[in-house]
Amino acid sequence: MIRSHILVCAGAGCVSSKSRLVKEELLTRLKLQDLTEEIRVIETGCIGTCDLGPVLVLYPEGVFYQKVGVEDVAEIVEEHLVRGRVVQRLLYKEPLSEEILEKMADLEFFRRQYRIALHNTGAIDPDNIEEYIARDGYFALGKVLSEMTPETVISEIKQSGLRGRGGGGFPTGLKWEFAARSTSSTKFVVCNADEGDPGAFMDRSILEGDPHTIIESMAIAGYAIGADQGYVYCRAEYPLAIERFVSALEKAREMGFLGENVLGSTFSFELELRVGAGAFVCGEETALLSSIEGNRGEPRPRPPFPAVKGLWDSPTIINNVETYANIPSIILKGAEWFNKIGTEKSKGTKVFAMAGKINNTGLVEVPMGTTLRELVYEIGGGIPGNKKFKAAQTGGPSGGCLTEANLDTAMDYDTLLSLGSMMGSGGLIVMDENTCMVDIARFFLDFTKDESCGKCSPCRIGTTRMLQILERIVNGEGIPEDIDALEKLASFIKDTSLCGLGQSAPNPVLSTLRNFRDEYEAHIYDKRCPAGSCQALIHFTINAATCIGCGICAKHCPSSAIVGERKKPFSILDDQCVKCGVCVQECPFQAIERR
Amino acid sequence: MSTVTVTINGQTVDVPVNTTVLEAAKQIGIDIPKLCHLKDLNEIGACRICVVEVEGRRNLPASCVLPVEEGMVVKTHSKRVLEARRMNVQLMLSVHPQDCLKCVRNQNCQLQALTHDLGVREGFPVDYDPTPLDQGAVIHRDPNKCILCRRCVTTCEQVQGVTILGALERGIETVISPAWHGSLGDVSCTFCGQCVQACPVGAIYERNDTQIVWDMLNSEDYVVVQVAPAVRTALGEEFGLPAGTDVTGKMVTALRRLGFNKVFDTNFTADVTIMEEGHELLDRIGKQELPLLTSCSPGWIRFVEEQYPQLTKHLSTCKSPQQMFGALAKTYLAKEEKVDPKVIKTVSIMPCTAKKYEAERPEMKDSGFRDVDAVLTTRELALLMKQAGVQLDRLPEEEYDAPMGMSSGAAVLFGQSGGVMEAALRTLLAAYPERVKLVQNDGVSQVLIDGEQVEVKVVSGLSQARQVLEDIANGKNTAQFIEIMACPGGCINGGGQPTVMDPELRQDVIAKRRSAIKDLDKAAAIAGSHENPAVQRLYETFLDHPLSSKSHHLLHTQYKPKVQDPVKNSHYDHTGTGAN
Amino acid sequence: MCQSSVLNTDSLSKIDAIVEKYRGAPGALIPVLHAVQAEFGYLSQDVQARVAECLNIPAVKVSGVVSFYHFFTDKAKGRFEVGICMGTACYVRGAAEIVREFEKHLGIKMGETTKDQKFTLSSTRCIGACGLAPVVTVNDDVYGKLTVDKVKDLVQSYREK
Repeated sequence: MIRSHILVCAGAGCVSSKSRLVKEELLTRLKLQDLTEEIRVIETGCIGTCDLGPVLVLYPEGVFYQKVGVEDVAEIVEEHLVRGRVVQRLLYKEPLSEEILEKMADLEFFRRQYRIALHNTGAIDPDNIEEYIARDGYFALGKVLSEMTPETVISEIKQSGLRGRGGGGFPTGLKWEFAARSTSSTKFVVCNADEGDPGAFMDRSILEGDPHTIIESMAIAGYAIGADQGYVYCRAEYPLAIERFVSALEKAREMGFLGENVLGSTFSFELELRVGAGAFVCGEETALLSSIEGNRGEPRPRPPFPAVKGLWDSPTIINNVETYANIPSIILKGAEWFNKIGTEKSKGTKVFAMAGKINNTGLVEVPMGTTLRELVYEIGGGIPGNKKFKAAQTGGPSGGCLTEANLDTAMDYDTLLSLGSMMGSGGLIVMDENTCMVDIARFFLDFTKDESCGKCSPCRIGTTRMLQILERIVNGEGIPEDIDALEKLASFIKDTSLCGLGQSAPNPVLSTLRNFRDEYEAHIYDKRCPAGSCQALIHFTINAATCIGCGICAKHCPSSAIVGERKKPFSILDDQCVKCGVCVQECPFQAIERR
Repeated sequence: MSTVTVTINGQTVDVPVNTTVLEAAKQIGIDIPKLCHLKDLNEIGACRICVVEVEGRRNLPASCVLPVEEGMVVKTHSKRVLEARRMNVQLMLSVHPQDCLKCVRNQNCQLQALTHDLGVREGFPVDYDPTPLDQGAVIHRDPNKCILCRRCVTTCEQVQGVTILGALERGIETVISPAWHGSLGDVSCTFCGQCVQACPVGAIYERNDTQIVWDMLNSEDYVVVQVAPAVRTALGEEFGLPAGTDVTGKMVTALRRLGFNKVFDTNFTADVTIMEEGHELLDRIGKQELPLLTSCSPGWIRFVEEQYPQLTKHLSTCKSPQQMFGALAKTYLAKEEKVDPKVIKTVSIMPCTAKKYEAERPEMKDSGFRDVDAVLTTRELALLMKQAGVQLDRLPEEEYDAPMGMSSGAAVLFGQSGGVMEAALRTLLAAYPERVKLVQNDGVSQVLIDGEQVEVKVVSGLSQARQVLEDIANGKNTAQFIEIMACPGGCINGGGQPTVMDPELRQDVIAKRRSAIKDLDKAAAIAGSHENPAVQRLYETFLDHPLSSKSHHLLHTQYKPKVQDPVKNSHYDHTGTGAN
Repeated sequence: MCQSSVLNTDSLSKIDAIVEKYRGAPGALIPVLHAVQAEFGYLSQDVQARVAECLNIPAVKVSGVVSFYHFFTDKAKGRFEVGICMGTACYVRGAAEIVREFEKHLGIKMGETTKDQKFTLSSTRCIGACGLAPVVTVNDDVYGKLTVDKVKDLVQSYREK
């Protein structure tokens, strides 16, 4: 008789925080206490609260333990499981209210969420297909094969209003319909799991935590468009996702969800995992197809769109992981149910990966239209050290930043576009007052320049030139003409690049120029970085009024840049200073200022 | 076929569905500039020069890959479009050497012309990491000048099926190169030079050997020159004459005035080739490996050696006309003219870049000397002439020298695809009426030789050649005698011919060169190779008869599976100056 | 069996076996290169040439693919590959300083390998562990929430291995 379940988060984040050791220790301790018959330990996918890892959830109570170390396990077993007393010190404390919360459901982080795409992630053992089935897994596929025609499947998806979660927001049902219309005998279903947007990790978490959802959805898509072969293209940076997905494929095959005559029907479907090799541009659909074909990941002009001429020239639909993860629920609960969630033009939910300067880093799924403020302050628990919110980057290197003025806007596809950003895959990087927006623009341009495939000249040469200008500015060598040059290059690259990577590469620059032009100007005209982050523009000075001339700073300075006579105020030679900041740390009298 | 109506710059035009905006514009006289586009071949939308403004679209799509749609409204030269094109060119120039004046393609460069036409007068500071030049073979590459249009890559892969060049690295580091940043000399490059023809700028070009020839002309040596058949109907283009102008007589005059001791014709040895190869065919029928594959095209020879070494036995043992000429010049001519072969230098003018390589093959020295001492392309000859102040169209017409300047109409046909076959059959049918009979009147596809049916076939372009070799390897080939030329259409389209700057005009220019060749044949006093009295005399006084032991020694060679790589053992100085 | 190569017979048969596994699969080149790199640690020119020959793909295509994708490398790497995540979250949380610190302690720049072939320092794209930013991987080990002052000890612990 099982009286309790312990969920151990085994998302890549928690695994990196040694959650596997915690699990091993749990099993050992349970054995010692002879509890293995009563208590089951389940390794789940990402629960979402990545920076609190390793995380344990104890059911039936739903007690949420965070930052559990191997050394804490004995206490949890003896106190909680044997004596029934909650271990207070391992509970979660809300960062703003400082309230200690016992149950997972009490956490603001979870309370606000509406989980469709993530409904199994973190709740089941991804390696156990029975657990997936127990939560209605493969029921949607069964329903589709026994009760629905391909046309009704597509019409259901169309009516749901589901739009692509990978960035573009193209209506999924429409895409399927284009491919279904083709009379070609060979068609393909592709899953884009090349989650290249740095700071977004929802696709990884779904593949790791709920791989069967993707298998089921792709089979449904195959049935709908008339394809019998699918490919999942996953980036190589996700070894755990690859391992779990491959193992899920085998189990699905064993149980007849894949292969010849799926579930005894006349429909056959095979699925193969292809691993990327480190190229962000392969997230662009035509580049992804080139890569599956075994070539350099260079995009092709569209039209023809992949739904007409895709993989090996056959009609192909490409959807991203999160998009697929919505399909089974839509099939089971109906388009109308899905349609009621979200905003007028953005239906359903969106998974956001919150990271950067935010207390509750992690994955959350909320209805479309949730405001940035709710995300950052209520779910995300605000900014560490109570620092000031400066901006949030959405859409990664293709997107833009939202500012304080946008905190109350509803996050959906069209609103974000109108603000000069984009939904992208849902990465949300929060920045505080110490983040330099010019440097962030430089960071993204450095990324896109490096990831440009090199095929078309605007992206290849244009991003290089833009990066040069930005580097000049953060190094304090900017000239007044630079802002104008950046704007001209940006609009040219957007206008003329071959693919989405190039067309969106200038967005971070344009968006920071629009919202934080004063920071650019400070760098260029005053040679000053307002955030105090650009090394070349930081200056250290000794306040003569507070300095007592002890000489401790000079002793610690690695470049002998501090000079002076004892008992008289010291001074810093700017041209010798390497800006390491050691002197600031060492000065007992806080006499050294960093500007 | 259904059509759609589009409006371009205010004019409406009906065009078939699937027409591109670029083509639709052309139909109403609007020329949209472009760099990477090669119709039906390289339609990749990479250079973004041909962008246009389309009503209702946010960005500027590339017109070369944009199919028309009903009701589409397009502006091809709006302010926004022109500014984008200018910015694009400025960016390209910012990673491009600024040595236009010294560039091989100066005044014949699409990027230069575009820069001029767009009125680009300023730009970004030039800033790129220089890539070393590849000067390891007869074709040189300057990756710094490359604009990554990939016309050479597609040509190498799809037209020639060789796939030596490709894109390496990515982003700003992208470079077009052989595998692993190697030299063309280290890989199976055939040196056909079609990449040179495809290049819109000066990123791929032949090794410049003009100085070697100037040095010969300024020495005490006895310098003889031979001119390949395809050169005479193309050289005029370099001097502003219309494509297809035959300049044989003026060219002979010019060569003589440049100081060559004798001006000869490769056509002479083309006739000799027919005598030798025709007899080789007669000899092989029923006895040896068939099909017999022609061996005039050195790019093709290298292709077989590198890619299908097991099939080299099918190659005719005949040397190419160029090499036969060299061998005979240093033996027969030396004897005839009573000149010490040591002082004879042979220069050839070829429509071909691979001929430079062929002349350097280590085995090509059966005369006791290097058979051919220097090879110039048609383009290099034009340079030589310009340096000498030749005004080609104002020169009188002169005749080739005897004895190696006399030739038949059949010989000039060597300059285009199908010519060797036609010349061979012409001679075989006329000279051996009892042994050789034509079975089909409407073509030359089948003949009877000694009662055996012999299927003949003509193929040009190495992709097509690959198919033939695949068929032979797989036992699917049915032909017994196959003419193969490395370049599509044959030597008139050789890698060493004048560059046609606008790719859209290229096919037309080639067609004109071809028809001029055919006219020369029709006008020739002697029709068949066997009727050439100079060739008859050569056999009577020197070689005895075709396939004699002397001709075997001088005019034949054995192409074997593994040849020593001549590129790395060449007698030439490859450092680029050509000082030798 | 494919033909000529300068590799020893053991290496050759390893490559052949890998290619054999994928033979006939469409677009096999990238999976083959992954498997071959896993076997040899890197893709030398000779190895690439062999793969090209066995798959009957032009060498320049293989070279083009290997040089296009960051995951493939044609140079031998150190025993420990230190990968510093340069995802946005990690960058915002100070990955650049971590890079400087590693460069200081290892005496090499990003992308280089120490003379004793022990360490290679490289930047990685976002590994999706943004909750632990900044993140550093050493081969398969992941170190989250790294601070500058922990770098020295981390390097030392691998030096002793």
